[in-house]
Amino acid sequence: MNLTLKIWRQPDASSAGAMHTYQLADVSPDMSFLEMLDVLNEQLNEQGEEPIAFDSDCREGICGMCGLMINGDAHGPEVTTTCQLHMRSFKNGETITVEPWRSDAFPVIKDLVVDRSAFDRIIQQGGYISVNTGSAPEAHSVPVPRDDALRAFNVATCIGCGACVAACPNGSASLFMGAKITHLGELPQGQPERDSRVVNMVAQHDHEGFGGCTNIGACTAACPKEIPLDVISQLNKDLRTSIKHGH
Amino acid sequence: MPDTVSAAEASVSGSLDGDYDDAAGYYTPGAPLVDTKAPDAPIAERWQTRKFEARLVNPANRRKLSIIIVGTGLAGASAAATLGEAGYRVKSFCYQDSPRRAHSIAAQGGINAAKNYKEDGDSVHRLFYDTVKGGDYRSRESNVYRLAEVSTNIIDQCVAQGVPFAREYGGLLDNRSFGGVQVSRTFYARGQTGQQLLIGAYQALERQVAAGTVETYTRHEMLELITVDDGTGQERARGIVARDMVTGEVQTHVADVVVLASGGYGNVFYLSTNAMGCNVTAAWRAHRKGAYMANPCYTQIHPTCIPVSGSHQSKLTLMSESLRNDGRIWVPKNQADCDKDPRDIPEEDRDYYLERIYPSFGNLVPRDIASRAAKNVCDEGRGVGPEVDGVRRGVYLDFSAAIERLGEKGITEKYDNLFDMYERITGENPFEVPMRIYPAVHYVMGGLWVDYDLQSTIPGLFVTGEANFSDHGANRLGASALMQGLADGYFVLPHTIRDYLADGPFEEITEDHPAVVEARESVKARIDHFLSVNGTRSVDSYHRELGNIMWEYCGMERTETGLKKAIDLIRSLKDDFYRNVKVLGGAETLNQSLEKAGRVADFFELGELMCIDALNRRESCGGHFRGESQTEDGEALRHDDEFAYVAAWEWAGEDSIPVLHKEDLTYTAIEMKQRSYK
Repeated sequence: MNLTLKIWRQPDASSAGAMHTYQLADVSPDMSFLEMLDVLNEQLNEQGEEPIAFDSDCREGICGMCGLMINGDAHGPEVTTTCQLHMRSFKNGETITVEPWRSDAFPVIKDLVVDRSAFDRIIQQGGYISVNTGSAPEAHSVPVPRDDALRAFNVATCIGCGACVAACPNGSASLFMGAKITHLGELPQGQPERDSRVVNMVAQHDHEGFGGCTNIGACTAACPKEIPLDVISQLNKDLRTSIKHGH
Repeated sequence: MPDTVSAAEASVSGSLDGDYDDAAGYYTPGAPLVDTKAPDAPIAERWQTRKFEARLVNPANRRKLSIIIVGTGLAGASAAATLGEAGYRVKSFCYQDSPRRAHSIAAQGGINAAKNYKEDGDSVHRLFYDTVKGGDYRSRESNVYRLAEVSTNIIDQCVAQGVPFAREYGGLLDNRSFGGVQVSRTFYARGQTGQQLLIGAYQALERQVAAGTVETYTRHEMLELITVDDGTGQERARGIVARDMVTGEVQTHVADVVVLASGGYGNVFYLSTNAMGCNVTAAWRAHRKGAYMANPCYTQIHPTCIPVSGSHQSKLTLMSESLRNDGRIWVPKNQADCDKDPRDIPEEDRDYYLERIYPSFGNLVPRDIASRAAKNVCDEGRGVGPEVDGVRRGVYLDFSAAIERLGEKGITEKYDNLFDMYERITGENPFEVPMRIYPAVHYVMGGLWVDYDLQSTIPGLFVTGEANFSDHGANRLGASALMQGLADGYFVLPHTIRDYLADGPFEEITEDHPAVVEARESVKARIDHFLSVNGTRSVDSYHRELGNIMWEYCGMERTETGLKKAIDLIRSLKDDFYRNVKVLGGAETLNQSLEKAGRVADFFELGELMCIDALNRRESCGGHFRGESQTEDGEALRHDDEFAYVAAWEWAGEDSIPVLHKEDLTYTAIEMKQRSYK
C-alpha cells in the first residue's frame, strides 16, 4: 500500500507544533500501525530528518504505553490498542492523520509523546488497598463470591492508556477512575477504605484538570479493554454514599 | 563478599584439559567462587536461620538510610513498596512513563505457590524439587528452596491487595496445572496474571509515594553504576548516573545501597517476546564495574509464538503453550507445497513431524525439543507462511480435528481469547485455516551473579528478579518467573538488605566526589560520541543484524564452529557501529534513537559474552543445546561430572578477555538425574 501521512510534530513542550505530511510506499497490510511508523522513521533517518517520537513498549496490547489519535479516533478505527492495530484496517492511497492524545491534563512532551503522570497521581490518592507486606491474612480466610471476583477482574483489566480521556469531549478521566473504584469496591478487602478512596481520587482528578463526565460514552467506545460505562455510575454511587457517611 | 583469590593463584577447576575446552583462548580461568551467605543448616532451616542472623535496623535509623531501585516490574515495585513501608528512603527508577508499564505486565499464565489447596501431594519440598529438576540441575538449591518456602506468602499478600485471582463457586481460589508438572499449584487471573500482580505491586508502590517514603523517577534511564572506595580499598555501590529522558539531563543519584531489578536481556536477539525497551544496560554497566555475569548463555525459547510476517517485524507475540494440547503440528512433505493453501494439501502429503519423530510424546514434547524440531524442518526448506529474507519460518498448528471434536464454542471456552489474538495479528481466522507458529526467545535464566542474600560481587549492589541468575538454572518452569520476582521483592530482599544497611549510613558522597564525576563524565562522553559519529546506518539496522547473528549461532542450537564465527561477526559489527552509526537529534531533548544506541552498544558486548559462555559449556542443558552433546536420538545430554557449576564471568577491561569464576553446584536435598521423556 501507498499512504499519505499527516503527523503532528512538536519539538518540545514549550514550542508550537504543526502537522507535517509524509509519503510512505510499500506498506504491508500485516504491519502493525507502529511498525509502519518504525519504517517511516527509518526512512526519515536515512534522509537526515529526525525520527518522529512516539511511545510504545510491550507491543502486545497490555502495557498501555502506546496511544495515538488516528483520523480523530483514539487508537484508530478498531477496538484495540494502537500497537495491535494493523495496516489491513486501511486502504491503499489513503491519507491518515496522526496526533497525540488530546487533553489539557496530558501535556505534549514531544511530537506524539504526552505526559500521563496525572494517572499515577490519581492512584496515589487512594487507588490501592492499604496492606503492608507480611501483614496479610491467609488467602482463604476471606472467601470472595465467584461473580464478585469476576466483576472485579473485568474492570481491573484497564491498562491506563488514557484513550478514554483523549476520546472524551470534556477530557474526563471518569472511566479510568471508575474502573479502579469498581475493581477495589467489588472485593471485601476493598471495603474499609471505600469512602475515602473515592473522595480523594475524585479530588485529585479535578485538581489535575480533567473535565467532568456528562455521560457521552465516547470513553467506553474508545477503550481497548471495553471497560463498561457503568463503572462511572458506580463511581457516582460510591461518591454519594461517602457523602452520606459524612466525608 | 565472595571468597576469591587472584586469577594468578587460581587453577582451572574441573578436569577438562585444553584439548576439550572449546573456549580456550577466549577467557582467563579465575578463582572459584563460593556463596558464603547461606547458613550451614539443613535446607529447610536455612532461610529462618538467615532471617534471624541478619542484623536489624531500628525504625528511627531507617529514615537515615537511602536505597536506589532500578526497575518497577514485579521484583522492583514490590521491593520499593516494601522497603518504603519499612521506613527507608527509596528512589525508584524506570524508563517507561509510569511504573505500571514494566514488562511483567505481559505475563499470561500464572504464578506458582505451594499452597496444596488441591490436596494433590504438593508441598514446599515438591515445588523445590520440580524447580531444580526443571532447571536441569543448574540452579543453587538454597535459593530455590527459599523461593518455594515464601511462595505461599506471596498469594496471601496479593489477595489482600485486591488481586482478582480466579475463584471457584465457593469463593475460594482456583488452581490449574501448568508447565508439565503433575500437581495443580498455579494461581491465575484469566490470561492476564502478570498484569494483575503488577498492578497490585504498582498500587502498593504509589501508596508509598503518597506516604513520602518513595520517590519515583519515570522516563529516567540508568546509564552507569557509581562505585566508591570505602577507605579500605573496597569499592562499594553508592549510586547511579541516570539520564532524564525528557530533558536529556545527566543526573547523579547517590544512596547507601543500589538494587537492580531491571529484567532480562532477551532483546539481544532483536526479535523476542520482550517489550521494545527491555535492555541489559543497567546490569551490563554494573558488570563492567565488577559485578560478575552468570550463565549468560541460558535463554529460553518458547515454541508457540506467532511467526515473523516480514522484515518490518518489531517484536514477537507469545501464545499460551496449552494450545499444543489440542493442535497437531505439521509441515508439507514436499517443498513444492509450501506456498499452497494448507487445506488443499492432502493428508498423505503432510508431515506431522513431532508425531513421526517422537511417537510417544508427539506434539507434547518439551519446549526445547519442539522448538528445535521446528527450526530443523524450516532449515530444510519445508517451512510455511511468508518468505522473510528468503526463508519461510513457520509450521502449522492445526485445530481441525479438535474443532470437529469440541466445536467452535468448546475451543473458545478452553482457549479464551487466543484465537482472536491470533486473528488480529495475522488477519487469518484459525477456525478456518491452521495457525502458523514458530519459536521465539522469551526469558533469560542467566543474569548477574548473586549470593544467598541476592548481593552481587560488588558490596552494596543487590540484584533481584530476572536480572539475577540464581533460581531457574538452565531452564525456567512455567509460572515461576512471577513467583521469583515477587518472592525477591516482598519477602527476601527486605530481610537480607538490612544486614548490609546495619553498617550504614555510609560516608556522605557529594556530586563532586572524583568517582561520581568520573561516572557522570563517562556517560556524557558516550552520549556525545553517539551523536557525533554521523555515519550512514540506523541503530535499528545494527540491532537487527546482531539479533540475526545471535539467533543463527547462539539460538536454539549452538556449535563450536558457529559460536566462534558469531564472536568474529559480533566484533566486526560492533567496530562498524562505533564508526558508522547515525543518530540524529540532540542530547538535551527526548531522543529515542540515542536511547537505543546506548542499549545496542551494550548488547554487542553481552552477545559476545553469551557466545563465549556457550562455547565454554560443552554440554546440553535446559535452554542451552550444544550440537556436540546429544544422545543418539537427538536429546540434550548433560555432563554433570564436568559442568555442574555456575559460570560467573568477570569483566577484565575493554581490551582483555573475560575471567571465568566457577561456583560448584552441590545438591544435599535432591539427587541429580538425567531428564528423560521416555
